[in-house]
Order: sequence, then C-alpha cells, then structure tokens
Amino acid sequence: MGLEAVLQKEGFLTTTIDAVVGWARKSSVWPMPMGISCCAIEMIAAADPKYDIARFGSEVMRFSPRQSDLMIVAGTVTYKMAQVVRRIYDQMPEPKWVIAMGACTSSGGMYRSYSVVQGIDQFLPVDVYTAGCPPRPENLLNALMTIQEKIGKTRARDFQNRSLAELEHSQN
Amino acid sequence: MNTKELIIERVKEKFSESIEEISDFRDDLCFTIKKDQIVNLGKFLKEEPDLQFIMCKDVTAIDWATRKKRFTTVYHIYSFKLNYTLRLKSNIDDDPPTIETVSAVWQSANWYERETWDMYGIKFINHPDLRRIYMPEGFEHHPLKKDFPVLGIPGSLPLPNKAD
Amino acid sequence: MDRIKQIYNDEKLLKKLQEDQNLTIEDVLENEMVINMGPQHPATHGVLRLVLRLDGETVVGIVPELGYLHRGYEKMAENMSYIEFIPHTDRLDYTGTMCNNVGYVLAVEKLAGIEAPKRAQYIRMIVAELSRIAAHMVAIGTYAMDVGAVTMVMWTFREREKINSIFDRIAGARFTTSYTRIGGVASDIDDQSIAEIVKFLSELEPALVEMDKLMLSNRIFIGRLEGIGILPKEDAIALGVTGPNLRASGVEYDVRRAKPYLFYNEIDFKIPTFSQGDCLARYFQRGDEVRESIKILRQCLDKIPNGEVIANSPKKVLPHKTEIYSKMEELIHDFMIINFGINPPVGDTFLSVENPKGELGFYIVSNGSGQPWKLKIHSPSFCNLQALSQLCKGAMVSDVIAIIGSLDPVMGEADK
Repeated sequence: MGLEAVLQKEGFLTTTIDAVVGWARKSSVWPMPMGISCCAIEMIAAADPKYDIARFGSEVMRFSPRQSDLMIVAGTVTYKMAQVVRRIYDQMPEPKWVIAMGACTSSGGMYRSYSVVQGIDQFLPVDVYTAGCPPRPENLLNALMTIQEKIGKTRARDFQNRSLAELEHSQN
Repeated sequence: MNTKELIIERVKEKFSESIEEISDFRDDLCFTIKKDQIVNLGKFLKEEPDLQFIMCKDVTAIDWATRKKRFTTVYHIYSFKLNYTLRLKSNIDDDPPTIETVSAVWQSANWYERETWDMYGIKFINHPDLRRIYMPEGFEHHPLKKDFPVLGIPGSLPLPNKAD
Repeated sequence: MDRIKQIYNDEKLLKKLQEDQNLTIEDVLENEMVINMGPQHPATHGVLRLVLRLDGETVVGIVPELGYLHRGYEKMAENMSYIEFIPHTDRLDYTGTMCNNVGYVLAVEKLAGIEAPKRAQYIRMIVAELSRIAAHMVAIGTYAMDVGAVTMVMWTFREREKINSIFDRIAGARFTTSYTRIGGVASDIDDQSIAEIVKFLSELEPALVEMDKLMLSNRIFIGRLEGIGILPKEDAIALGVTGPNLRASGVEYDVRRAKPYLFYNEIDFKIPTFSQGDCLARYFQRGDEVRESIKILRQCLDKIPNGEVIANSPKKVLPHKTEIYSKMEELIHDFMIINFGINPPVGDTFLSVENPKGELGFYIVSNGSGQPWKLKIHSPSFCNLQALSQLCKGAMVSDVIAIIGSLDPVMGEADK
C-alpha cells in the first residue's frame, strides 16, 4: 500500500521544494481560535468527537498567536475588539491565513449597529469567508479544506518580495 | 393584607409627599418618586424589617426624547422575604442629567449605574467609580439616547489600518 | 535604545522607560506588578479582559474590563418590531439559546396580554430544559478544561451534540434556534422527537455518573477547586449574583419556584443548594441541576397535552404560512402585523426567567407602537461578573482561572 508498494526497490521521486513544503504546510495547519462569540461554540463543536477536526490535521488549537498560522475569527468583531484582533494578527508569524467564520465576521451580518465592524476585511486580509450564523461545523471544515487547497498552492516566491526587516518586524 | 397592599401602605406612611405616582400595570407595582428622595426610599425599603428589599436586580433609564423631563431612571429591587420584585422610577429634569447614586444602598448597583452612565450619560453623584463600561474610553457619545443613530456616527470609533 | 525608540514612539512612555532603567533588584522585588489578562485568553470564556495587580503570585486587585462584545442589542431592539427581535435573543446566552427565546416571548406576551396554549407552554418547558442541559454541558466541560482536565470537554460536547441534533429536528437549526413565537412555538414536536428525547435522557444519566467518576477521582481537580473563591451568602445577594452561583452559596432562590412561569408549578422538582459557596460547590451545583432538569423533562413528556401550539389571537399572533396563502383574513392580519407590528398597550413590564446562567429579565417599555420604546436586558452573566473582583482578591493567579470558570460568564450576554 501507498508509496512503498510503488517504490519496490530503492526508488526516488522528483518534485519541487515548493510542492513538498506546500504539502507539509497544508496538512498541518495550526489554527489560532479567535473565539469571540457564538461561533466559538461551533468551533469547539468542530473539534469534538462528532466532527473531529483532527481528520484534517488541524486539531492543534494554539491559543498563542506565535505558534499558529491560521486565524479563525469566530464571532462578531466590535470596534473595541478590532484593535485586539489586529494586534494578534500582527503577532502571527508569516505565512498566515485568515478564515472569517460566520456572517457577522464577514459582513456585520444581522448586527447593523454602531459598535459592530461591518466586515473584518476592512482591516484584515481574509482568505476564506464562511456563511451561516453561526456556520455548522461542516461548513467550518469546508472552509478549512478550501484554505488547505489555497495553502497547497503557495510558492516560495510569494514571500520573496518582502524585505527581511519587514518580516523580522512582523515576528517581533 | 396581601403583599402589594403592605408595600404601598408602608411606603405611603413615610413618603406620602414625595411619591409622584403609584402604578400597577400587569401586576407590576411601581413607585415614581421625586429625584432627591430616591436614596432615602431605597434605604427605607432595604432596612425596614417587614420589607427587606435587599437585592437590586437592575438599574436602567428611559430616554423620552420629547418630554420636558427627558430621562427616567428605573430600579428593580427584590425582596426574598416577600418574594416580590418592585420597580422604582425617578424623573430627571436637569440638563446634563444627574441623580444621586444608590450604590451605597445596594452594592450591585455599582455596575448597573456605570452601564446607565455609558448608555445615557446620566451622571450618578457620589458614585465610587463612574467610568464607561461597554464603549471604549474616549468615545464621546451615549448610544442609547434617542438622538444617536443606530448605525453610529462615522469616525467616532477608530478602526485599525488595513494589514497588507 | 534605538530599537526601543522605534517601538515606543510615544514620548511619554519612552521617558518613563528610560527612568525605569535605574531600577535595582530590590525595587523589582518590592513593587507590585500589573498584568493584563485577555481579551483573547483561552480561560476567560470569550472576550473578558482582566487587569490584575499582583504581589508575587497573590492577586491584590482586579479590574474587569467589559465591552469587547458590545453589539448594541438594546439600541437595535428599539428599531425593530417585537417579532424581529426573536432571532437576536438566541445570541445573548449562546450556550442555552432556547431559554432566551422562551424568556423573551414570555415578556412580550405579558406586555401584550396574551397567553400561549397549554401544549405550546409544555413544549417551551421541554426545549428550555434541554437547552439548560446543553448550557451546563458547555459550562462543566470548559470549566474542567480551564483547570487542566481536557478530556471532559470531549465528553460533555458528545452529549451536547445529541441535544443539538434534537433541536435540529424540532426547530430546524442546531444552534441558533429562534424556535418560539409570540403566542406559541413555531412548529409542533412530533413523536419521533419525543422518542429521541427519551432516548437521550436514558443515555445522559449514565454519562453523568461517568463524568463525575472522571472528575471526582482526579485529585488535582479537587485540589484546585476546594475552598477557592468562597462567596458568602450575604455578599452574593449584595452583589446581585443569581442562578447556580447564588444557589451554590446557599440561597434557595430559583425563579421557576419563586415566581413560576409556564407550568413549572405543576412539576415536582427540587432546588439543589450547597452551603460552601466555593468553586467546587459551583461545579456540583451544575451537575445537580442537570439531574433536576432530567426529572423535569421526564414529567413534561408524561404530562404534555394535545392541542394547538399557537394562540388564536389574530391581532397579535402571526398566522401560519399555509393560511396566509389560502385565506383573505389571515393575509390581512399578516400584512398588518408585519408592517405595523403587534402594538401592545402603553406601559412597561418586567419579566424574568431562570436561565442556565441565572435570572434573565426583560424590561420592556411600550408606547403603543409596533416597536419597543425601550428594551432592557437584565443579563445574569453581567451581574455574576460583578462578584469577580471580590472573589479574586487575595487569591493566587492560577485561582483566577478557576474562579472565572466557576462563575461561567457568557460574554455575549454580559456585554449585550
């Protein structure tokens, strides 16, 4: 089964570094669960035995932004919270991705009010938007698979145009 | 004598001049009292052995927008002895609105009054720690006033710059 | 130094920093330390922020900072009709959604002066108690996770998932249900749902025993909770604490018993109380309440009568969709209610219900129009959080986590 069956003798494969790195990256995404409100409960539900996010290699929820590469913004972001979300995003090491989980994170949703940011894409680069209020765990898993696809396609040159100082600054 | 009559009688004995209105809508007893007597009434209701309204459930306000006495503060207090929730109201007519704090009577009123200050801009005199509780420090408006728009005033709350 | 300058472009801060460089080791040992906890902290249940003043590891002072999830419910409520606000009540205490739905519609019904049919009220009781179990499952699970027992959350969420799938069947949504309507409930429950609830209850009882076995044989768990964060009876009342936290301090106050709503007066149940008032008592309290809920549910399922699930009051209650499409009268009523609202009489009412977190109250002021003039949400988590600063004073840093977990605040409700 698997690779061993094909490579009966001491075989070798040729591939690109980018492909190997992309494959490794996408199979072990460590999410930073930015659980703010209702969606956070569904996010925990996605990690529970029924939905089991571990099947996608993402069960390692890191509450420290410095150890994670995917931020799941789960819940309504208010103006007061926006500063905090942005600060945590800045602390994550490159490369990093963002899932906007739920309607109010993506667009303000049902909260047309004075204190709610109408979509976190006003201050964060969002990679995947998830519909639902809150999305079912299946939908979150779907978002994760979408982002894995995107991560698998990243190439080293995507990060080359950034100066070293800039990268260093973002990691401090 | 049932609970309601007992409360009305006791309160009338002592505060007959300062009571402005007694209402009983849908079985919710409510006293409207003059602004300067609210602390005294609270103290009386809490300490009177027959009544013992020792728990303050809620403090809030109503903005009537067009009335001359624009704001009304509303207190909900509860007595374990009588198993009864009583409502007190007090109309405020000065501008900017001020009223004496009841946090000296009921400790829990501390945060409720902070919330009311944040939302309506009613100043509670002698409050130990009157800061905003929900909105960030430096925000200039009071959101639950009727002249504040639901969608807020653009630019009144800062947003971080867009990350690259 | 240049690097510091680069980071701290605030001159005042920079100056203070430069002065601080003359610190000696004695200064550091003597001085108290101020640390910030949250708003993004795994143990603060959402977005609560605490500023702690520490002397070594002992907490000298603590200032909770709220408002990171302030969504402006009360303002939004003033600009929508009574019916439109029902979905918003789901998101108050998002762990026990049905309880909020029930509380809100009861408050509106009291104001409008209508009453739901008996079957609808029994259904409301059933879903509210299921929701209470679901909320306590989250509370117990995350509480155990906060103090270091991660397995527990898997077990409690396993049980919670079963409730969610029952809700999926009854209400059409597993999480944000919006099931109740003014004057009744959205749809009747069928026999299969009842069978599923019975099956779930029979599975939950052994699961609770299992959970207790897991937690109470864990010496670390007991050691971290016993005697920590003691809240005396008098202080609990003075600080406005309600719900399980108040009962764990020895006050036998439950709205279901003190001022029965729905048909709780027909149901036989105990109000569990504990006298210790510490973190462990608050853990036991929730477990016991789940057991009482099971008892209530069993009785409700036995007693549930047949009949209508929505009141016959055309001016206040939305007619069913099929009737709107086929009958003229219903079409007119639907048009009137949607466009002008249910127009309750002028006045104000306060109604509170027993939620998983405590006493949830709605104070509604009506000026006779279709939208509430004011809607105040008296949220239990907000009141319970007020006790935090008193409980944490003199405790260790690690106890703060246990105390927050035991108070079990939900920020969606505390911040509104």
